Amino acid sequence: MKDPLDRRSFLTIAGASLGVGALFRVLPASAAGPGPEISRLFRDQNGEAPGGFSFVQISDTHVGFEGPPNPLGTKAFEHAVEVVNALPHQPDLVLFTGDLTHDTEKPGEHAARMKRFREIASGLKVKNVKLVPGEHDAGQDHGVLFKSVFGDTHYSFDHKGVHFVALDNVSQGRPIVGPEQVAWLKNDLSRFPKTAPIVVFTHRPLFDLAPEWEWFTNDGDDVMNVLAPFDDVTVLYGHIHRQDQRVLGRARHLAARSLIFAFPDPSLGVPKKPIAFDKEKPFANLGVREVRAESKGASLAVNDIELTIKEYAGSAGISQVKKGGLFA
Amino acid sequence: MKRAIIAAVFAAALAASPRPAAGDAAPRVVEITAKRWEFSPNEITLKKGEPVVLRLKSEDVTHGFFSRKLKIESDIQPGKTTDVPLTPEAAGAYTVICDVFCGSGHGNMKMKIVVE
Repeated sequence: MKDPLDRRSFLTIAGASLGVGALFRVLPASAAGPGPEISRLFRDQNGEAPGGFSFVQISDTHVGFEGPPNPLGTKAFEHAVEVVNALPHQPDLVLFTGDLTHDTEKPGEHAARMKRFREIASGLKVKNVKLVPGEHDAGQDHGVLFKSVFGDTHYSFDHKGVHFVALDNVSQGRPIVGPEQVAWLKNDLSRFPKTAPIVVFTHRPLFDLAPEWEWFTNDGDDVMNVLAPFDDVTVLYGHIHRQDQRVLGRARHLAARSLIFAFPDPSLGVPKKPIAFDKEKPFANLGVREVRAESKGASLAVNDIELTIKEYAGSAGISQVKKGGLFA
Repeated sequence: MKRAIIAAVFAAALAASPRPAAGDAAPRVVEITAKRWEFSPNEITLKKGEPVVLRLKSEDVTHGFFSRKLKIESDIQPGKTTDVPLTPEAAGAYTVICDVFCGSGHGNMKMKIVVE
C-alpha cells in the first residue's frame, strides 16, 4: 500500500471516524491462577485449561454501504484488519457482532458483499474468527444466505477457560432470540458451574437500550434470565454504532462501535440518523478511550477471570487521512 | 404468539372499558399504510381516553408496528388488514417503528402518534 499509515496514526483515524473494535484481555484474576473447579472442568472436558488470552470484537462493517455518512466504503474495515494484525500480541480470537454486510435486494449482490467481507476478513493474521449475523445479513431471508456462507447463526465454544456463546437475535426478521434458541442456551449452559465465565456475543442489545430506535431484543429478558445464575457474564453486541457499556444485574453489556458510521446518543433527544461525515473535521466528537473491567468484588475473583478491555478510538485525524490519500 | 396475546389484551381492555352509551359511535378507525420504508400518514393525532382502531395495511412486504410505550406490537402482512385497538392513556408524542426487517432503509421506518 502506498504511503501506509503507521499503526499509531491509523488507530487514531479508524477509531476516530468509524471505530476499530475492542480488544479484550482475559487474565487470571489472581496470582494463584484459575480456581481448581473451573480449571478441572475445562481441562477435563476440553483438554484446555484456563489461561490468559486476548480477543478482538469488530462490529457493523456494513460491506456494500454507500452514502454520505461514509464516503470511504470499506476503508475502515480494511484498516481495522491492519490494526489487529499490528497488535504486538496477537489475539486468539476475532469476534464479529453482525451487520457484516449492508442489505441489498439486487440479485447476486448480497452474496457478492459477503464474499467481499470474507476477502477483507481473510487478511487477518488471526484465523480463529467467529461471527454472528446482523439483521442486514440475515433479516430478510431468515439467514439462508448467511448460513450458506458462514455457517450456523448460533453456537458455542470454549476457549481457555471462557465459554463463548453466539446468539442470533436477527434472523427471524424481528428482534427476538426465540424460545427454541433460549431452550438451547439453557441446555448449553447446564454443564457449567455458576462460577464459569460466560461471554455472549450477539448483534442487538439484549435489553431495552432505546426501543424507539429499535435498540432492543424483545425476549432479551428470557436470555438474561437463563444467564442470571452465572456470576460472570459479559454480553458483547453491536447494532447501535456507538460504544456503550453498562452493568445490568450482574452482567456487563458492552457495545462496540461500527466500522461504517456512528449514531448519536438517543438520550439526547436527537433524531436517529448517522452522525454526518465532516470532511474537514470528521472525527471531532470521538476520542481515544480505554476502558477496564477490573477484578473487583466477589464475582470476578470467584470466577478466576479478569477482563481488561481496551477500545481504540481516536481524536481528530484528518491530517492522517489526507496523508493516506483518501481525500486526495 | 406473544403478539396474539397482546392483541387479546387490547381487545380485553377495550371490552372492559366503560360501555358506550346507546347511540355512541363505534371506535374511530384510523387507516395506516406501510410500505418500504415509510408509514402513511407518518403522523396521526388521537385523544387521550378515546378508543380507536388502527387499521393497518401493507403495500409490499411484511412490516412491523411496534411501540413499547403504547404497548403495541403487531405484524402488517401484505394482502391482509390488521386492526389494532388502542385507547391512549396518556398525552404525549409516541414513536412507532417497523420492527420487522424490511430492507436497507428499515432502520428509519417510523411514524408518530400524538396523543392530546
